[in-house]
Amino acid sequence: MKSSIISAFVAVALAGSFLACDKSSKEIKVGGVAPATGEAATFGASTKNGMDMALAEWNAKGGVLTKPVKMSFADDKGDPAEAATVWTKLIEQDKVCAVIGTVMSKCSLAGAPISQNSKIPMIATSSTNPKVTLVGDYIFRVCFIDPFQGTVGAKFAFDELKAKKAACLFDVGNDYTKGLSEFFKAKFTALGGEVVGYEGHATGTTDFKAQLTKLLATKPDVLYVSDYYNDVALIAKQARELGFKGPMLGGDGWDSPKLTEVGGAAVEGCFFTNHYSQEDTSPVVVEFVKNYKAKYNAVPDALAALGYDATNMMLDAIQRAGSTDGDKIKDAMAKADYKGVTGQVKFDGDRNPVKSAVIIEIKGGKQVYKTTVNP
Amino acid sequence: MDKIKLPKLLIFGALFYLVVQVLILTGVLNGYFVVIINRSLIFVILASTLNLINGITGQFSLGHMGFAAVGAYVSGTLTTIIFKLNPHHFADNGAFLVCIILGGIGAAVVGFLIGFPSLRLKGDYLAIVTLGFGEIIRTILNNIAFVGGPRGLLGIPKFSGFTVIFLFTFFTIVLLRNLVQSSHGRAMLSIRENELASELAGVDTTKYKVLGFVVGAFFAGIAGGLLAHLLQIAHPTQYGFYASSILLIMVYAGGMGSLTGSMIAAFSLTFLTEGLRVGIDWLRDSVGIPIGTEWTMVVYALLLIFIMLFKTEGFMGMRESKILIIEEKRV
Amino acid sequence: MGSIFSAQQIVNGLQLGAIYALIALGYTMVYGIVRLINFAHGDFFMVGAYAAYGAFYLFNFFLPAGGAMAFIVLILAMAGGAAIALLSNQFAYKPLRYKPRLSSLVTAIGVSMLLEYTFSAMPFIGPSPRGFPELLAKKMFHIGSAEVSNYVMIDLLVAAALMIGLTFLIQRTPMGKAMRAVSQDKDAAKLMGIDVEKVIAFTFAIGGSFAGAAGLLAGLTYPRIQPYMGILPGLKAFIAAVLGGIGNVPGAVLGAFIMGLAETFATAYNSLLGEGIAFVILIVVLLLRPNGILGEKTADKI
Repeated sequence: MKSSIISAFVAVALAGSFLACDKSSKEIKVGGVAPATGEAATFGASTKNGMDMALAEWNAKGGVLTKPVKMSFADDKGDPAEAATVWTKLIEQDKVCAVIGTVMSKCSLAGAPISQNSKIPMIATSSTNPKVTLVGDYIFRVCFIDPFQGTVGAKFAFDELKAKKAACLFDVGNDYTKGLSEFFKAKFTALGGEVVGYEGHATGTTDFKAQLTKLLATKPDVLYVSDYYNDVALIAKQARELGFKGPMLGGDGWDSPKLTEVGGAAVEGCFFTNHYSQEDTSPVVVEFVKNYKAKYNAVPDALAALGYDATNMMLDAIQRAGSTDGDKIKDAMAKADYKGVTGQVKFDGDRNPVKSAVIIEIKGGKQVYKTTVNP
Repeated sequence: MDKIKLPKLLIFGALFYLVVQVLILTGVLNGYFVVIINRSLIFVILASTLNLINGITGQFSLGHMGFAAVGAYVSGTLTTIIFKLNPHHFADNGAFLVCIILGGIGAAVVGFLIGFPSLRLKGDYLAIVTLGFGEIIRTILNNIAFVGGPRGLLGIPKFSGFTVIFLFTFFTIVLLRNLVQSSHGRAMLSIRENELASELAGVDTTKYKVLGFVVGAFFAGIAGGLLAHLLQIAHPTQYGFYASSILLIMVYAGGMGSLTGSMIAAFSLTFLTEGLRVGIDWLRDSVGIPIGTEWTMVVYALLLIFIMLFKTEGFMGMRESKILIIEEKRV
Repeated sequence: MGSIFSAQQIVNGLQLGAIYALIALGYTMVYGIVRLINFAHGDFFMVGAYAAYGAFYLFNFFLPAGGAMAFIVLILAMAGGAAIALLSNQFAYKPLRYKPRLSSLVTAIGVSMLLEYTFSAMPFIGPSPRGFPELLAKKMFHIGSAEVSNYVMIDLLVAAALMIGLTFLIQRTPMGKAMRAVSQDKDAAKLMGIDVEKVIAFTFAIGGSFAGAAGLLAGLTYPRIQPYMGILPGLKAFIAAVLGGIGNVPGAVLGAFIMGLAETFATAYNSLLGEGIAFVILIVVLLLRPNGILGEKTADKI
């Protein structure tokens, strides 16, 4: 009985591959990767929404190179091995001409070598680790990178919040949070501040009291928490429980409605660096927010905005290249000068965009735009 | 040792290799399928080595992927360093082979260390301790910045191809088969059946229990190295308890003590995962049912439970396919 | 150094220990009675947390957060834990009762995976974490140099109440006596006329209900629940039970509080140590004193 089950599934897989081969000339196929499940699931969901919306808009206007665009979406589950597998599947099996994704740096880092070796251009939506684009000249990203983000955070803490002493808490099992804290610490110290506490916690921890107690004993003015929204909510609550009344600061990992949903009053009056603010009054953003709300009945977060911009930029590059050839798309992308929802995107020598960051404040349970910081 | 005839296995292996190569060269099997086949072969090594420890020697090891992790990191680090120092070594398969073997040796050392608690602990406790070791290995790797820590080991040069992986798998199966069907293997089986009796009968249970772990770990380390060079990445999260559980399911589904069973199960489950992925994606995108690929794991969990409840001996039980059985040379 | 062994850290450790204690009790009772390490026990804890979550939102239609609501939610969390424990016993463990122990162990792993992934895959439950509602208003007290919230008190009180109730059950009731009999010698108990399966089922239910209660307390204290939340606490609670002497009820409590404190102090010193301290404790215990602190030395039957 087992062998018949096996044969059935092999048949399905093979059938799928034949189906994929057929339509390749009648439509443009791109790949989309995001963590639809796993610890960053809300990031993935938002990113996919942004991708889908951009795709729908292009198709409504006649598609790319006069052909309809189709996206093969794959869930990388926030796992690098899974990312590597789905990247290979998208390129070899689904025969996409470009890949848009993904959210988490460790997954983008797994997929990038595959893209580079296959000469399929890739644009990461929100992977902020500097190493991603260094993999090769087919790899781009639409978001700013962590050295910039950590620096922005430090400047804000020192200049605006007038903090002299800062304490950092991060996830030792997560390269993003670790890196961000390191960059923050470097800049904060360079500005003249003192990092009085620097603690890591294990991935999956729910009880941060031990580390927080140690950090708060040094009486910091501000707590820099570079974690994802899930952990931040808990950390904030526990920090308040232990008596910390000062502001907390973080990175774009905070961006999720769940932050205020779980964190509640604990995150009130806290700040984080982000790629965009839905309160931006520029026409591109206003239009985007309006359409997103109509389509998904929710306010778009930065992840959605980045997914939207990345998809638009890739499709635009294909259009300007006039072909689905990887080399031509890559060259067209390198010359891009695109007005996106997340800012004016132009690439530097490492294929990172040169753009600003915004500081968001949590006020009244909502994300409120505070200020913009330029590179 | 007697010269052991292996014509049947050799013929089967050569046939398999030729068929797949032809399919690849004619383009029927694209890169994605090759990756699946390669992964299946690597899991054959992992499942059969776990079978050696759990099924044949009767120990209960839950942290098997930890050995693979050691192998992956040791070999991956070495090749990455060599490649950085001298890019022309990239084409040097010899260096690659040496690194993989070193990875296996590293894993074998760890297996030796883990073998010792097995001497004093039984069943449940051994399971927990091996689980603990697996997690400790993972945690340590996660915290060594030199090998990337939580970022993982990246940019490992791509050396694993179908040929290399196939050869290693074939070699592993032959070796394991010869071991199991030799007097050493019988000693290990006797430990599984009744340790006290076999001790009283004069079997050096210490030696064989540790041997099981060392041999199992060595090849698991090689498998880990092959996998790392295939995916070009090694990340601590790949080697946790979740991954070890998959191996456990393969061993039980195939049959404890049957190498053939492990081979079949490794291939079946790897293909099943991909088939389910395609199926679930289709259901989600074309039909619109909001399900995710976690259902794959639900299927596996149910599979494990059903096997334990209704067909504990798995697909092959303790039988081996005729291809693997060594004929006794009759005088 | 001062912030490692400070009063605050001690409070943190005790709070953690209380939750571990409730989970560890379930492990130890089940092990005592059927010699099975129920890998899925940590997931009963998770199910209890989700049951509490569901109960809150169900009753919130006509009952505001507060004491009454909290009480109802606790009962339902315990019921949820008990229910899933009974189901697991009935369908997965009972059929394998007289088969080799390894089969039950592997099945337990299967049940654990099934619970985790099913909860993760169900559209309205997982896989993203959910914030746990604030059942009771939080009040802070100062005791010495430590900030103690009323949640800490609740955790300790509920744990204590349940433990006292359990002790009474085991020592003073006929069912408790039957439980002790079955854990001592299953076959003799059967010969004495005790319905062994019923006792086993009852034990699972009690253990599961404690895990469920722990799930509620964890949801309250660390207000975030997700399908995999039971893995680490389950493992640590198991190690705590081993530390105290598996099969020994007071031992489980002792082991759990030691584990909670050790973990807190270790984490405060170095987060890497905090991650690994549970396994270090396990290995030390198994190598030096495998029967645990309060465990009896059982002679190996030849």
